[in-house]
Amino acid sequence: MAQTPIPAKPSTPSLKRKPRLAELVIQAVLFLCGLLSIFVTVGIIYELGKESMLFFGRTQWELTNKPIVADISSSDVQFEVGTSGASAQPGDVLRLGDELMLLDTVNGTTYGVERGYRDSVPSAHSAGTVLQRGVDPSIAEFLTGTSWAPHAGQFGVLPLLNATLMVSGTAILVALPLGLASAIYLSEYASQKARNTLKPILEVLAGVPTVVYGYFALTFMTPLLRTLFGQDTVQIYNTASAGIVIGILILPLVSTISEDALNAVPRSLREAAYGLGATKLETAVRVVLPAAFSGIAAAVIIAISRAIGETMVVALAAGAGPAFTFNPFEAAETMTGHIVRISGGDLSYDSLDYNSIFAIGLMLFVMTLALNIFSQYIVRRFREVYE
Amino acid sequence: MSAEMLQSSNLPLRHRLGRVWLVIFQVALVVGIIALCALLFNIFDGSFGYVAVQDKVNPATLAVDGVPLEELDKDTLVEILRSHVSAGLMARYEFEKPFAEREAGEVYDLILERVVAPEFVAQWSLYQSLTNADEIRQTVAEQFPEARVEFRSWLNWHFLRAPQSSYPEIAGVRTAVFGSLWTISIAVLFAFPVGVAAAVYLQEYAPDNLINRIIQTNITNLAGVPSIIYGILGLAIFVRALGQFTSGIAFGVSDPATANGRTILSAGLTLGMLVLPLIIINAQEAIKAVPASLRQASYGLGATRWETVWHHVLPNAMAGIMTGTILAISRAIGETAPLIVIGASTFIQVDPEGPFSKFTTLPIQIYQWTARPQSVFRNLAGGASLVLLGLLLSMNATAIILRNRYRRSQ
Repeated sequence: MAQTPIPAKPSTPSLKRKPRLAELVIQAVLFLCGLLSIFVTVGIIYELGKESMLFFGRTQWELTNKPIVADISSSDVQFEVGTSGASAQPGDVLRLGDELMLLDTVNGTTYGVERGYRDSVPSAHSAGTVLQRGVDPSIAEFLTGTSWAPHAGQFGVLPLLNATLMVSGTAILVALPLGLASAIYLSEYASQKARNTLKPILEVLAGVPTVVYGYFALTFMTPLLRTLFGQDTVQIYNTASAGIVIGILILPLVSTISEDALNAVPRSLREAAYGLGATKLETAVRVVLPAAFSGIAAAVIIAISRAIGETMVVALAAGAGPAFTFNPFEAAETMTGHIVRISGGDLSYDSLDYNSIFAIGLMLFVMTLALNIFSQYIVRRFREVYE
Repeated sequence: MSAEMLQSSNLPLRHRLGRVWLVIFQVALVVGIIALCALLFNIFDGSFGYVAVQDKVNPATLAVDGVPLEELDKDTLVEILRSHVSAGLMARYEFEKPFAEREAGEVYDLILERVVAPEFVAQWSLYQSLTNADEIRQTVAEQFPEARVEFRSWLNWHFLRAPQSSYPEIAGVRTAVFGSLWTISIAVLFAFPVGVAAAVYLQEYAPDNLINRIIQTNITNLAGVPSIIYGILGLAIFVRALGQFTSGIAFGVSDPATANGRTILSAGLTLGMLVLPLIIINAQEAIKAVPASLRQASYGLGATRWETVWHHVLPNAMAGIMTGTILAISRAIGETAPLIVIGASTFIQVDPEGPFSKFTTLPIQIYQWTARPQSVFRNLAGGASLVLLGLLLSMNATAIILRNRYRRSQ
């Protein structure tokens, strides 16, 4: 800044910086707006975490279908149970009506219990009342169990996770080769004019709402697959159809970001390769592609994260009902599909279903966040900087 | 480049390889474009086509003394209606709007809806209709001898004007379109000022310190969070914790039907949170593009920081901010999952009246219709998809026009 000396007049007020209240207030308001995004993140983590804790801390009651055979008074510590239904193990918590009991001994059909467990009030129960067994969802069971039926005491998230991974895997199998090849063509071969026409067309694909893709999957892709592979092989709802359509959905993401990365590689590298006698293909695949590696890898990871979080296509086309299957032509519910189906009805607060969507949501959030952070790391770590 | 490759100067082979791969690259691109075409074709395929329509009562039999139905006067029409529908329904119509005040045309419409009651007994896609017209007529003549074959555009004037209905013959998207517009407006009212303010702070004010770097990284990460997570957050915060406010009880508006907080306001705020990071990132890019010389000139003339931002930076960046915002909104308008999670009602027959109303939106309508087992609702979903795409197209066109106008005026 030019330093022009200002003639000092006695009447001139001091040039010392004055605090301007209005400016400070404005700056504070702007800062708060910026800070709001932190609150959103904190809100997500807090709510997901809090409700998930409730999910894991809540005892679920499983119907054993095992009745008591005779009336018991409020002080009996031993009673006979029927032979039908699932048997309980010592250490299990049982529920009869509103009363909880700790099962001490099992001797054939004779159960010895501690009455009034966990401060419940011992009371008399009539013959035929069915025992309920308490099940505590543990994080280990949540992560390793292969059956998801919370109301029956089964809390394994693997069927949902498996379906999510199958759908995203199919999507990447579709989107990665197509997206990368289109990006190489657009960046290395296509004329400027062709690029200016073709790129917007791919971007139109990115702007179509996902529910329309769901409609497309159910009314076009599924019938197509059933015609190709047979009505008996391919179920009406299947993960392959949803996966392929999600692949089409993330294709523009892969191709446009990769194309930008390829375009950013300086011309001099290509010219050097040509100068050494490389063909156009060799230049593109052996010089330009490795140079743009960080950008392309980031694009692919972001696309995977998008595929994992994609909801409407799987809600419409992948099936309603958790199933642990590796067959892409069978119906299986993904994590997102499950959340949508469970919350589609009027969800009552603090219920098992309400807490379970937070537990699944937390897992989804952690997975996508880890992928996003990983992509940023790759960009930083492997970026090639050219003068 | 590997050494053995340069030594192997089998040039014809290398060039042939190059040509083969070029074809592969081109095919990949063409497949992508074919996918887009298939998507569009599929929507049009469902939105138009032949339907077989069967009337419950043939309108010709309703003619009085040889005068056809549409030429009868109002009193005769009311009599016909009275003789065909229950007294309770007549009383309801009388209550909604007395027959003395209704036009003859309105009564005629009621007769069509309630007495003639056309029903779609079968429907075909556009492709089938174009290629198999004769076969379709033949099938209808055999299976539904009383039905007639009509070519129907599922996207029509009635479809746009009519409220939701469980009868596909009279169902429309008006309530859903209003619901979408309401939620989007609230989302913009919330996210636009906050987003631009945050972008201004980050670009113009924020010193490079830890907290600001955290804010910046956080915004980038928020943009990658799946939309359904925002739905779960909206459910926990706006619907549950702030239910008193979002259902309007705190403001004295209490409607038992919406008192659980599953209102337009909750939906709008949830979508607002969802687009906030997108708006911030786009606005930052726009502000970054304003040349530094403008700011320096402004400071040189003695303007304060805020005066510089308000009078010079923002007006210059406005075109970019607007474009970015509209693109963010067009993402929000197609969002379905978060709204289902916060509990959008799916069956609404009255227009939303304000932010505390229950609502449904266009994408939710499409989802509901697609998920129904009866195929006739798929056609409705196709028509609704066209409406949604039309809405998106017009918004994107607005973004382009706006950008061009701002560019010219500078």
